[in-house]
Amino acid sequence: MKPGTRLKSAACDTEVMVIRCADGQIECGGSPMGEAKPADAAPLSADFSAGTLMGKRYVDADGKYELLCVKPGKGSLSVDGVALVVKDAKPLPASD
Amino acid sequence: MNIALLLEMAAEAAPDRIALVCDGKRWTYGDLLDAARGAFELIQESEAEYVALLDESSEAAVIAVFGAALAGVPYCPLNYRLPDADLAALLGRVAPALVVGDEERITRIAGDQEHTIFSREEFTLKAQETVPEPDSREYDPGEGIAIQLFTSGTTAAPKAAILRHSNLLGYILGTVEFGSADEAEAALVVVPPYHIAGISALLSSIYSQRKIVMLPNFSPEGWLELVQTEAVTNAFVVPTMLARIVDAMEKGVAADTASLRAIAYGGGKMPLEVIHKALERFPGAGFTNAYGLTETSSTVALLGPDDHREALASDDPKVRARLTSLGKPIPTVEMQIRGENGEVLGPNEAGEIYVRGDQVSGEYKEKSALDAEGWFPTRDAGYMDEHGYLFLSGRADDVIVRGGENMSPGEIEDVLLTHPAIADACACAIPSVEWGEAVGTAIVVREGHEAPAEDELKALIRSRLRSSRVPEKIKFVEELPYNEMGKLLRRKVKDVLAN
Repeated sequence: MKPGTRLKSAACDTEVMVIRCADGQIECGGSPMGEAKPADAAPLSADFSAGTLMGKRYVDADGKYELLCVKPGKGSLSVDGVALVVKDAKPLPASD
Repeated sequence: MNIALLLEMAAEAAPDRIALVCDGKRWTYGDLLDAARGAFELIQESEAEYVALLDESSEAAVIAVFGAALAGVPYCPLNYRLPDADLAALLGRVAPALVVGDEERITRIAGDQEHTIFSREEFTLKAQETVPEPDSREYDPGEGIAIQLFTSGTTAAPKAAILRHSNLLGYILGTVEFGSADEAEAALVVVPPYHIAGISALLSSIYSQRKIVMLPNFSPEGWLELVQTEAVTNAFVVPTMLARIVDAMEKGVAADTASLRAIAYGGGKMPLEVIHKALERFPGAGFTNAYGLTETSSTVALLGPDDHREALASDDPKVRARLTSLGKPIPTVEMQIRGENGEVLGPNEAGEIYVRGDQVSGEYKEKSALDAEGWFPTRDAGYMDEHGYLFLSGRADDVIVRGGENMSPGEIEDVLLTHPAIADACACAIPSVEWGEAVGTAIVVREGHEAPAEDELKALIRSRLRSSRVPEKIKFVEELPYNEMGKLLRRKVKDVLAN
């Protein structure tokens, strides 16, 4: 896995762009994400079904992972079973 | 990651929302993405190694930048104001290219360079007609160069600055929140397409989903009219444009500008008088001063609306002086001021501005200007005050070295401009047998005033600065030479003063 990789959810429509990552397992809806979509959809885990939002960036507490949602879906993101959270955006004034 | 992602996301989220208005024609995000994919086909077919644009702003600039990105060839917008010979040389440096724009001129000056040439209309039409089946194409992963810009060459021959997909995405993802603009927001883009601010305006507007309103040829009247008819909320201008807009309003050009929420400016030094007047003329707008370079993918520091208001309202001269500051570095960029031997300087010590961050390319086609730790020497001279506000004193190359003492032209010019009879001033180095270099000044007298006596001006400088700053040569001129972006061409002033 490297930055710039596009990952697809096995459980929903979610797609993310990897901005930053380490060696852990990136999941959506409770199932591992992959570069290709599996033939059979994985079930959506109730614990990871809060949904992803277009254009939001999701991060872990240690700042090792950052995923950009490029297609929203019903599942929510996690790494090794630990939920990721939306990164706080401090808006800058438009300068161009 | 490919910068085309920005348009893909906008089109995915709101395919039917208006993305662009140009010459009365409206384009949705879906239209633009389809056309960019069509342009990909044209570029592949042409086997071009670059996509060049020799044209004013239009939808073709948007389609070309994203089409080139999808195809994995650098997009290279060229300055159509350059003389034929210079332009032919630049076109030669990107051959073979797919060139969009003034077909007759391109054929005439570079017809033997094996380019594939399209007029704007033909390119746009063909790109719209050539839409491939979705998911049937392998687009470029975006690991290379997205954009090549020839620097304006105010000090030397144009250099080919390179911006990678990663630099531009670092800037946009780090500074713009996706879809953050509401449906009413519209950004008036008047900077030419070959300027970094013209490119970053397209990218950040599309990613925030702020409608782009293009004004291909700037005039104050045209600008004010578009603000009213398109209910423009955001605008970026260079200082000379803002000066002309304010001037036109003073002369009675009327327009309803109540929709304007934000005016950003940059690209040159903003005269205090102009910003004061503009703040009065646009009371409902927040002002932002942006500092950036081609090599840094646009903005690296900014002075925001709150800083402007605070400075205006303050009695403290230090706080008021912030109106002439470039503000603070943005959170995703590191900045240092360094001395002549590379040592990092403290607050209020003047030196060269260095920056580092994902958006900082610092790379030219020939070589990278980054040091081993990734810092880019901007060649701009300046200092940061104790609160972290950045002040620019000019280009490092413009520093006048008189008998080993370094002086920035800006401090001398600022003092001269306090004289009521002086409209504009430029200080630069002139050869001196005794000192190596000495101070020369070119001065434009304000309309309706007599030229001040030389002794009076020398006394003014001596009373405010050290005596070494007193000019040895003072020349009164009709006007100072600026390029079309409002950059003072000091090299030309130097030539005038040397003779």
